[in-house]
Amino acid sequence: MTSAVMTYLAMGGYAAYVWPAYGVTLLVLGGLTLWCVGAYRRRQRELERQQRESGR
Amino acid sequence: MSAFRRLVLRDLRLAFRQGGDAAMVVGFFVLTIVLFPFGVGPEPALLARIAAGILWVTALLAALLSLERLFQADWEDGSLEALALMPLPLEAQVLAKCLAHWLVTGLPLTVVAPLLGLLLHLDAAGYPVLVLSLLLGTPSLSLIGAIGAGLSLGARRGGVLLSLLVLPLYIPILIFGVAAVEASIGGFAARPHLLLLGAFLAGALPLAPLAAAAALRQALE
Amino acid sequence: MHRFANPARFMRLSAAILPWTAALSVVLLGLGIYLALFVAPPDYQQGEAVRIMYVHVPAAWLASFVYALVALTSAIALIWRHPLADIAAQSAAPLGAGFTLLCLVTGSLWGARMWGTWWVWDARLTSVLVLFFLYLGYIALVNAFDEPGRGARAGAILALVGVVNLPIIKFSVDWWNTLHQPASVFRLGGPTIAAAMLWPLLIMALGYTLLFATLLMVRMRTALLAAKLRALRLAEVEREAASLMPQQTALS
Repeated sequence: MTSAVMTYLAMGGYAAYVWPAYGVTLLVLGGLTLWCVGAYRRRQRELERQQRESGR
Repeated sequence: MSAFRRLVLRDLRLAFRQGGDAAMVVGFFVLTIVLFPFGVGPEPALLARIAAGILWVTALLAALLSLERLFQADWEDGSLEALALMPLPLEAQVLAKCLAHWLVTGLPLTVVAPLLGLLLHLDAAGYPVLVLSLLLGTPSLSLIGAIGAGLSLGARRGGVLLSLLVLPLYIPILIFGVAAVEASIGGFAARPHLLLLGAFLAGALPLAPLAAAAALRQALE
Repeated sequence: MHRFANPARFMRLSAAILPWTAALSVVLLGLGIYLALFVAPPDYQQGEAVRIMYVHVPAAWLASFVYALVALTSAIALIWRHPLADIAAQSAAPLGAGFTLLCLVTGSLWGARMWGTWWVWDARLTSVLVLFFLYLGYIALVNAFDEPGRGARAGAILALVGVVNLPIIKFSVDWWNTLHQPASVFRLGGPTIAAAMLWPLLIMALGYTLLFATLLMVRMRTALLAAKLRALRLAEVEREAASLMPQQTALS
């Protein structure tokens, strides 16, 4: 069982290339998502605060 | 046509009155080339191997050096607005300015390059093609540079921005310019590379003034 | 055209679409990665290293596609002066730069294995690198002016100039002898790639595209919120200025 997992993880000897490629992909796609959503939330909060102050 | 010629002559007069743009560009070119034997060592074989690349890269940077001022002075003193109202289309005026820019940068660089080739032990077979490739390539540098100069008018850190915009677009010219020289040294045909340089120039000649004029119009809005 | 150029309509429309594209892209990316890592067969030449293809090729497609979109929306912004087109172009550019970077890094990993080198200066790699620099130049130019309208117009012109690079990327593998393999999916006469590999690839590509669409909408909404915020703050400053000078307003 464990040996089957190990052979799979070894990627036929290409593990050092395949796994970093998937890691970088998750990093870039995830990073872009967090960056976009974070900026959106921040603007939303700022706008709500501004609207409260303006309405006061 | 006479308006076009007057504009070229005006820019040339301005360039020479402001203390010789051509001399500055050539000075930069020569000094930078002279740095390389100190940087990579004076072995003739090594210098001969990289001479074409060094000459082309340095020529490219030297042409870039004076680009920032291509429209800057006219923009700051307001004469660009006056030029935009002239009957001569703005595209033709950009072409005139590119021609003037080439006459004070590209042409002197082309003339000096063979002399610097001697310092770098460039192979004898490379000289005619070096001059020819620079003659065909440097006008494209001025034309593409005009787009960047127009776009970055009035921008913060305009000079750095200009090089960021223009250098990637210079890459094909550099590739084929160097390839032509290296081919002639290696005994291969330089013609295909020179033809590609020519094709590039033929494309840039109508398209670059169009884009640069559009950039100037939006800068004046 | 004008119906979609209305910011309020865009906010309503995108709020309705966003959850669907977001959920669908997560499902497709998850399914795609599962298929790519566990179901797709190893290549008879490249072995397991071929699995890098499923993250690399969609990134390459998106890199070019997003640039084409930036150029198209820039043209629309220049010709019809739609404010939303400008916002779309500026919102898409950093995402395109991200996909281009991803394409370069995963390609480098693939090349390191298959060609024995991290980088070669061949036409395909060089033209994609130029694409990355074009994205960076566009982003720098748009943000380089004190007046935002100037940056938007200058950026739009640059985006259109940079379009010459797209055919070079596409045909670089046909025009020059390169290490990079030629197109195997979008070619005359149908794909040359095996179906067992094509399906995971297409699912991944769709997942990438939907993720891009989702993030593009989020970024456009962010830009519209920012515009609203600026307008509110400006109105407040004007109100305060007016309340500080009551005599002057009374006189006029």
